[in-house]
Amino acid sequence: MIVLSLALVATVVLSLTLGQYALSPTEVVGVLLRAVGIETGWAPVGPADGVVLDIRLPRIVLGLLVGAALAVSGVLMQAIFGNPLADSAVVGVSSGAALGAAASLTFGLATFGMWTTPGFAFVGGLIAVFAVYIMSRSGGRTEVVTLLLTGIAINAIAGAGLALLTFLGTTATREEIVFWQLGSLNGALWQNIALVAPLVALGVVVALVVAHRLDLIALGERTARHLGVRVEGLRIVVIITVALLVCAAVAFAGIIGFVGLVVPHLMRIMIGPAHLPLVVTSTLGGALLIAIADVIARTAVPMADLPIGMLTSLVGGPFFLWLLVRTRRRAGGWA
Amino acid sequence: MTRLQATGATVAVDGGRVILDDVSIAFHAGEVHALVGPNGAGKSTLFGVLAGDVAPTAGTVRLDDADLRTIPPRELARRRAVLLQTNTVSFPFTVEEVVRMGRAPWARTPAEADDDRIVAEAMQQTDVGALVLRTFPSLSGGERARVALARVLAQSTDILMLDEPTAALDLRHQEDVLRIARRRASEGAAVAVVLHDLNAALAYADRATLLCAGRVVATGRPQDVLTAEGIEAVYGQPVDVIPHPATGVPLIVPRR
Repeated sequence: MIVLSLALVATVVLSLTLGQYALSPTEVVGVLLRAVGIETGWAPVGPADGVVLDIRLPRIVLGLLVGAALAVSGVLMQAIFGNPLADSAVVGVSSGAALGAAASLTFGLATFGMWTTPGFAFVGGLIAVFAVYIMSRSGGRTEVVTLLLTGIAINAIAGAGLALLTFLGTTATREEIVFWQLGSLNGALWQNIALVAPLVALGVVVALVVAHRLDLIALGERTARHLGVRVEGLRIVVIITVALLVCAAVAFAGIIGFVGLVVPHLMRIMIGPAHLPLVVTSTLGGALLIAIADVIARTAVPMADLPIGMLTSLVGGPFFLWLLVRTRRRAGGWA
Repeated sequence: MTRLQATGATVAVDGGRVILDDVSIAFHAGEVHALVGPNGAGKSTLFGVLAGDVAPTAGTVRLDDADLRTIPPRELARRRAVLLQTNTVSFPFTVEEVVRMGRAPWARTPAEADDDRIVAEAMQQTDVGALVLRTFPSLSGGERARVALARVLAQSTDILMLDEPTAALDLRHQEDVLRIARRRASEGAAVAVVLHDLNAALAYADRATLLCAGRVVATGRPQDVLTAEGIEAVYGQPVDVIPHPATGVPLIVPRR
């Protein structure tokens, strides 16, 4: 955990130094300290303040929040589905949320002011996660094949909806919808963060509170109930929290896949499956993964900003395959 | 003293088929009470009703004179523990972590102080001490069953419900489980156990209830319930009941 925190701080500082306007790590630290009222003399004169505080920092902070939200949503979904393959992008929750967000944009809705887009994303994500849950559960256990097939169906439906909205939209909304499907942190604003941060904080707190009960859910729902867990209530709380976290992640950054799959899995290998430490380390690990991916997205191709969703899928896709192969070898697959 | 009691419990499934028909049964403190009967007799359904997993279409279940459904889940978990037939764990928790989950109902109570001692005792009784650092999914079927039993014992309740606890076990561990059930009963617990092994019921139970086609055929002392005529009528298999040469306990031997 300490290692993760240190790696996170180092990555963030590194990330702040990189870009067209290059800065040294001490200059970055100087700017940050000055912003909180500590004068060190390290901060350079010129536009450094603006570059760091108004352009790079919001983008990085949004990335950290999105990474934490996706990783924790993965932990929660895997816990209630009892399966390490559940991930918001794989089972279609992310695309459900993206469809909701895109609908609010295309139709120019502003019913709830600045909460409109995240609000619609939340509704879309909630419908998707409930649909997946109801379809893939029978008799208290998850049918893995049904879980993944339901994910394919939901992704297809949401994909069709997004295609329709792209077709209906103006050039400007089209561009935004395309950006959603790729996933990107470009253009993050402090206003977005003010909105996303409380949602992510709430989601992580709920995850920490229910962590011990999620351990008992691993014994199966009947046994968890025999050990005093109110399974139905817990399930609803967890599903709503998943939708909340995914909508927070998707509302401004689009679909960034596989974070919820890769991070909890790696953490389980390192520290075991107990949910309390798993939630804590996955929060940090998810933030770290997005921070690193963002550094790569900004620097891999000079003068270009790669879509971060493409990068995480590039890592996550093969990881998913490896997970399948490994499970097949060990236990003859999930079916 | 009656701890757990079903009255007129009836379960009908969609289409009107009745799988449990007006069953009344009571479990008393200090007794091992065996539920026996052929496949499809309704043992598991009755077990589910008594555990609160299956809502009966008619009839009631009472635990210590309160309706089972009105007892908050955590309170219930401090009074009765349930061992199901199949025990799976969906992530690689270690054996010790799984046994410790049995202590969950006691978290944030004074009893929490005894967690370590109780977990160690439960693991020692079920002979899983050597497996303590293994992960649950890596265990064999019999080992899993013993770890699950250790978890149930660690729950420290004085009502125990065990659904075929001996099914996956070798001879010695089968006897261990029944001895543990016996000892818990002599310490005052009410133990309900579904058994297929009629000889085990005769040797270890204080009371037996024979079910067939969703109804209670007979209930009482095991040697009165498990007679040659009764068994043949219910199971459709002729048997001889002969006294054990040393102890005199009746032995059931299928006629071959």
